Amino acid sequence: MPALRTLFDKIWDRHIVERQDDGIHILYIDRHLLHEVLSPQAFEGLRLAKRGVRRPDATLAVADHNVPTTDRSLGIADPESRLQVETLIRNCREFGVDVFDMDDPRQGIVHVIGPEQGFTLPGTTVVCCDSHTATHGAFGALAFGIGTSEGEHVLATQTLRCARPKNMRVEVTGSLPFGCTAKDLILAIIGRIGTAGGTGHVIEYTGSAISDLSIEGRMTISNMTIEAGARAGLIAPDEKTFAYLEGRPLAPKGERWTQALAMWQTLVSDEGAHYDREVRIDADEIAPQVTWGTSPEDVVPITGTVPDPATAPDEARRTSMRRALEYMGLVPGTRMCDIPVDNVFIGSCTNSRIEDLRAAAAVIKGRKVADRVEAMVSPGSSLIKKQAEHEGLDRIFIEAGFQWRESGCSMCLGMNPDRVGAGKRCASTSNRNFEGRQGRGARTHLVSPEMAAAAAVNGRLSDVRSMLG
Amino acid sequence: MEQFIRLRGIAAAIDAINVDTDQIIPKLHLRTIERTGLGKVLFDELRFEPDGSEKPEFVLNQKPWRDAQILVAGDNFGCGSSREHAPWALLDFGIRCIISTSFADIFYNNCFKNGILPITVAKEALDALMMDAKDPENPVLGIDLETQEIQRPNGATLRFTIDAFRRDCLLKGLDDIGLTMQKMDRIEAFEAAQRKEQPWLYR
Repeated sequence: MPALRTLFDKIWDRHIVERQDDGIHILYIDRHLLHEVLSPQAFEGLRLAKRGVRRPDATLAVADHNVPTTDRSLGIADPESRLQVETLIRNCREFGVDVFDMDDPRQGIVHVIGPEQGFTLPGTTVVCCDSHTATHGAFGALAFGIGTSEGEHVLATQTLRCARPKNMRVEVTGSLPFGCTAKDLILAIIGRIGTAGGTGHVIEYTGSAISDLSIEGRMTISNMTIEAGARAGLIAPDEKTFAYLEGRPLAPKGERWTQALAMWQTLVSDEGAHYDREVRIDADEIAPQVTWGTSPEDVVPITGTVPDPATAPDEARRTSMRRALEYMGLVPGTRMCDIPVDNVFIGSCTNSRIEDLRAAAAVIKGRKVADRVEAMVSPGSSLIKKQAEHEGLDRIFIEAGFQWRESGCSMCLGMNPDRVGAGKRCASTSNRNFEGRQGRGARTHLVSPEMAAAAAVNGRLSDVRSMLG
Repeated sequence: MEQFIRLRGIAAAIDAINVDTDQIIPKLHLRTIERTGLGKVLFDELRFEPDGSEKPEFVLNQKPWRDAQILVAGDNFGCGSSREHAPWALLDFGIRCIISTSFADIFYNNCFKNGILPITVAKEALDALMMDAKDPENPVLGIDLETQEIQRPNGATLRFTIDAFRRDCLLKGLDDIGLTMQKMDRIEAFEAAQRKEQPWLYR
């Protein structure tokens, strides 16, 4: 009998070009995504070595990090940002790679447009010089972030040299309670296993609460896997996955679709396959989550309070907590729902898809953004923006006092002008609450789209459950 | 890529856990299309005030650690963004070796692509090295990749382990794209087989 294998094992094994004696594998890469920030030096390397791009047909680029979310007919004001976007376009044209420029109707955040275009497919290996490449794992693709030198390696050879990671399973039993989302679930998982909890592993998410999630929700889970230290977060593809992909511009068509589907249906872990590590979480016990510190593991339920460093298990952690509280301007014991916010950001590759916008709009509808709060929405792609406008969601946001912006990475990391001011506090649907992430001195609280909407209305972090009909 | 065989240099203590790449190099400095010149903005927001003046409390602003070539850092160093600007900035500043109890995966790989040696040691060893690095009189460590040893200021040595392929690449300063290009026949054979089996992956 052949050895029992996990989904990860199956995908990995299928992509080995060569096993070296020293344990390093040369792994074939099926899909390579690029954006303007972390790719210029890779193209420059190719040019210097007089190398080409091996598979332009397996490579797709988009401008997302630096692009303005305001009126794009004005171009990019910052000269360095402009040069970076222009360099991407020039590099892609020179090397024959498809690229979505800022004005392309298909433009958007790289990890949103990959699936949206059907570029991301089950069973494939997907890389991008961007840690949130983990997002694509929601389709049963082995997707992970790489450095720029590794990106250059993929451009030149369509392969990567890597050591085989370990298998880890996170099984989520039960079902998410009322008012809780995929974001709350992944924050709770990170809170439980820590930001280095998955280091060296590929996580596979299984269990009823995962299969119950929509594709959008699954992308939120896989996306933040990197925040738990694991480079990839796999979810086995199922009928929802196939339904999402069918008819997408770059998904297979006709006979090829039938062929692909037959192969994709085999992408499940064998019953009894070995995982190096297993974690079990009960979804029923989860409440809406919010971060209090400067690492995604610094998370509590909205019903909780700011923790006291004195309760931490060791000195390193105590020091880190004290520093985080000082940066965040918070005092232990403060109730999370008493913390006022200055900004609300709905967007990023974690939570900017149509379902996220619908969920936030449902909370906002008929309500107003609190007086001193500056709130904005940046849809994950220009196509999502169009869809939302078709559904009238833009009107709901605008009438409530939100700014309705163009698509891009925006205030998740503030490489473009969308930043949170020093000392200002932001309820954000993004993925990182690091010091300075949303702007120098900015204080970030990670939440779900529904919770962000609730914070916008109340002017403080709030339990959205009391606002849902 | 510059070889790494052995190094004797000043070690600076970055005594914090979960130092993320946003701290190592904030995003405003990612708007470059080059790899060089980032040393001046290494740890920017920890090292400098908004007006550009130095924060005297930050270790790399103090003597003798201004000339550090080695960092001794807390658990999970380099987590977060995949930005290779983090090792580029470290290298440009002069850092060739980082010692910690653990590194984030992407950052760890990125170091090897740039001639930086990341060394993983046990907690007790890190505590000892952290003490060494905090001694302003003699915070000098010796690193020998050939023998896989760290020499402490008191003369004691600590062994470390490292993946053989990566060690070899660092010792020789090898560019691994060149190495992989030599396997092109294997890659072509893989593609031919995959194209037959999964034609939808090819346009």
